[in-house]
Amino acid sequence: MPLHQALGMTDDEYGTVCDLLGRPPTEAELAMYSVMWSEHCSYKSSRAFLGRFPTTAPWVVVGPGENAGVVDLGDGWLAALRIESHNHPSFVEPYQGAATGVGGILRDIFTMGARPIALWDQIRFGPLDDPHNRYLLEGVVAGVAGYGNAVGVPTVGGEVAFEECYAGNPLVNVMCLGIMRKEQLVLGTAGTPGTIAVLLGSSTGRDGIGGASVLASASFDADSDTKRPTVQVGDPFEEKKLIEACLELYDRSLVVGVQDLGAAGLSCATSEPAARAGTGMDVDLDTVHVRESGMTAAELLMSESQERMMAFVHPSSVNDVLAVAAKWEIDASVVGTVTAGDTLRISYNNQVVAEMPAASLSEAAPILRRDSGEPFWLEDLWTNTLEYLQPPDITRCLLEVLADPSIGDPSWVYEQYDHQLFLNTVVGPGDNGSLLRIKGTDKALAVSTDGNGRQCYLDPMRGGANLVYESALNVAMLGAKPMAVVDNLNFGNPEKSEVMWQFIETVEGISQACESLGIPVVGGNVSFYNETDEADIYPTPIVGVLGLADPAPRSVPRLNRAEAGMALWMFGPRNSRNLAGSSFEKIIKGHVGGRPTGPDSTTGKAVIELAVALAQNELVPVMHDISDGGAAVTVSEICIASNVGAHLQYSSWVGLFAEAPHRIIAAVPPENFAAIRQLAEDLGVPVSELGEFGGHRISFDNPVAGATSLSVDKAADAWRGAIRSRMSH
Amino acid sequence: MTTAVVVFPGSNCEHDVVYALETLGGSADLVWHRDTDLSGYDSVVLPGGFAHGDYLRTGAIARFSPVMAEVNRLAAAGAPVLGICNGFQVLCEAGLLPGVLLQNRDLKFICRPIHLVVESTDSILTRAAKVGDVLEIPLNSYEGNYTASADEIASIEADGHVPLRYSSSTGTVDEGSNPNGSTNNIAAVSQGNVAGIMPHPERAIEKILGSADGRVLLESFLQSKVATVV
Amino acid sequence: MADTRTVTVNIRRRPSISDPQGATVARALRDLGHEVTGVRINKTIELQVPDGDVEAIRTKVAEMCDKLLANPVMEDYEILISS
Repeated sequence: MPLHQALGMTDDEYGTVCDLLGRPPTEAELAMYSVMWSEHCSYKSSRAFLGRFPTTAPWVVVGPGENAGVVDLGDGWLAALRIESHNHPSFVEPYQGAATGVGGILRDIFTMGARPIALWDQIRFGPLDDPHNRYLLEGVVAGVAGYGNAVGVPTVGGEVAFEECYAGNPLVNVMCLGIMRKEQLVLGTAGTPGTIAVLLGSSTGRDGIGGASVLASASFDADSDTKRPTVQVGDPFEEKKLIEACLELYDRSLVVGVQDLGAAGLSCATSEPAARAGTGMDVDLDTVHVRESGMTAAELLMSESQERMMAFVHPSSVNDVLAVAAKWEIDASVVGTVTAGDTLRISYNNQVVAEMPAASLSEAAPILRRDSGEPFWLEDLWTNTLEYLQPPDITRCLLEVLADPSIGDPSWVYEQYDHQLFLNTVVGPGDNGSLLRIKGTDKALAVSTDGNGRQCYLDPMRGGANLVYESALNVAMLGAKPMAVVDNLNFGNPEKSEVMWQFIETVEGISQACESLGIPVVGGNVSFYNETDEADIYPTPIVGVLGLADPAPRSVPRLNRAEAGMALWMFGPRNSRNLAGSSFEKIIKGHVGGRPTGPDSTTGKAVIELAVALAQNELVPVMHDISDGGAAVTVSEICIASNVGAHLQYSSWVGLFAEAPHRIIAAVPPENFAAIRQLAEDLGVPVSELGEFGGHRISFDNPVAGATSLSVDKAADAWRGAIRSRMSH
Repeated sequence: MTTAVVVFPGSNCEHDVVYALETLGGSADLVWHRDTDLSGYDSVVLPGGFAHGDYLRTGAIARFSPVMAEVNRLAAAGAPVLGICNGFQVLCEAGLLPGVLLQNRDLKFICRPIHLVVESTDSILTRAAKVGDVLEIPLNSYEGNYTASADEIASIEADGHVPLRYSSSTGTVDEGSNPNGSTNNIAAVSQGNVAGIMPHPERAIEKILGSADGRVLLESFLQSKVATVV
Repeated sequence: MADTRTVTVNIRRRPSISDPQGATVARALRDLGHEVTGVRINKTIELQVPDGDVEAIRTKVAEMCDKLLANPVMEDYEILISS
């Protein structure tokens, strides 16, 4: 096999490289182009469509294209956010795959000048009755905990879900948020000619060569074992020192620009900053500090050894930078000089081993317009709906739904994560979203991350849009105004037209929702080739929304604040009668079919505004959105958290389990009835007075069917055991 | 006078400890583990985190950090020395406190609020508390399982060197209220002016973050400074 | 215990896989004045298995290593069977 093919490059791409250079590439050049033009680094299948996202708003300081998005929080504060996937590495080696995923996303944030203050992990696996899926869950959670806890950044939220389609291809997405003062913002630029490139952090070894970039660009099959040696090993201790060293460099204004070394390693960390600065660069590989001898230039350029950063430094600051590195006990080497022109020139053993236009590695990367087409099975899927002749046993079904690992208590996961470090976590895991205060200000940042592969499978456009509304609503219920979106688009094999169709529909759905709500997409990540043995995962976008509460409410709505005597109200559309894609049909009937309810942009926006107002004015102690499992689960979760019963009137049992968007359940103190009705009316949001909290049973009452109930304790036992009982053997 | 909060490479609770001490009216400086002069400080906190990555054994490498000679000197001079979580592990490894902290009984990292019952007020952690008080404090550790030889346990129990034990919310000390398998539910050990505690009092100083029960412990520590002459 | 045999399994990270723990310990030893150029920290597992044909035991333990004890992604192992 020719070398370019072994490196995953097509003949066409090889031809393009030859044309660009006017000659056949050297081995080192070929290595660089192959990693930079991989799906993972170049977004070649998705780039043509990502331009659809709305990305601008007055508060956006840095949009997509840099290491992280940055938004203005006012009063000189900025927030940096980013989400990344580490799906393939986590399947190959769950602990290290998840750990290095955390390490990579942290570097994206502190590369911008921000101190990372929190992580969210979005993880999806096959069903827990298979020991291999339990092994993967155990390993991924231990990896996130092992790295995140040790590096000293709290993991304050996320989501865990289980579905057959992830059995051969788990999803591990991690989002990170950082904050900084305005003057600390640093970009990934090489600066002006004469600037010195200093490589900081771990030594470079052969581990992870082609790891993230090649693994994330290929599918798994029976011989995925052969792809194994490319796994990287994370070292949170080194990263912790690297964070502190970099933050000191920024504090003392010692750097012009910074670029982290992730996928594509040195190839990326030299070419991208030079391309952004419109310069060239001379790099001497002999000066790179290495872990093992005898590495080739190609290996040095492709290595994905973790915990490395490239700093671009004015010549007069080099000694200070080296001194800061020495203080924090990290290694540092001067590896290059920024040059005029646009040529990236790499030498090794006193020979030039690569010479090309720096920008060609990123900007000349191919853009593919792959075939897309509506799946032939879609119509059948939409008409495949269940008929219910008899109403089910509501409490029995509810117990079963609560005991499902995708619905039940995720504390088995998050109690393994430090979620309190930095003393910012006002609302942590296990609530609607997370709320982090910014000490010394009245501000707080709210974040929610959400996914729903099943709904996106049934209708990627509606599903993708619903996620944006769901995340934004979660943030709003904490009193924060949604201000930015990041997304992680996890899809199957883009060489299949139906997968490309799912992708394009999803991008459209997310874009429309963002436009309606006026929130920009400031960053994202695309993960293709999530398939095993030709079976693609459900199209699974993960949406993360950042919101700002300024000022933060003194008393934030929480699930555990319901008390006897409070009314149980629902805000939002009434009479949802659609169970397509619901947890009820999946768990109780083993059915996935029909077409889920899509968003209503006017109502969706109004409900979000109402939630912000209710939280800001401290009118309701409890708000919880209706999502997975429907209103029955929403009410149960409030009852379990608050240890109080509830009495609820319903008109159709379907409405108890339907998952249509834009709906909130709230516990309402009688003294606020009038004020709340007025607010909702002003915003045009329907209010349904469904019942009240009290006693120790959750009961559902219907004029025809009568009442049925279960004790809060019984619901709590089912819910608490959902993951814990399956993981304790 | 000021508390030295020692920063090992890999420490991560140092800023939280400074914030908490200052919130409670104390003053505190971060000192790097290579510092060899702590004159001017009247007390020391070894904060939580993963000193030297917790590699080899927790605290095993940190005990040899240059600053530890000064920590030993201050401890010998009677200055209050408090180790929190990883700092407790370092104090044990350094021989300033008896025992060792092993992996949690369930071999899982635990991050959640737990309850502690005050068993003695004769310590730099509890002098401002009352015996029988039940405090809600976050636990955040993988190696929090306190163990010592039978003789050592007998001796620290006989000498009243256990100021705090893991308990239920009503103060019952039993296996059900033991989160990590610690011998006799021991959550803190105190010998004279040196104490170690596994949960994080600095994470419980404001109601908005869940609990303010850690205040009394850090206030005890700050009061101990006044009571001590270095 | 005549019918059991002790098998020792040594598990090492492959030379190309980094060992942050070993590197940190090496640095600490050098700080203490010891001359050390490298440290790798490995795992040793001792198993008691029913006695029998040595090659059959070796095959079985290798299977345990492949399935659970070692991570083939980044570790090699050696099996020592007591005589």
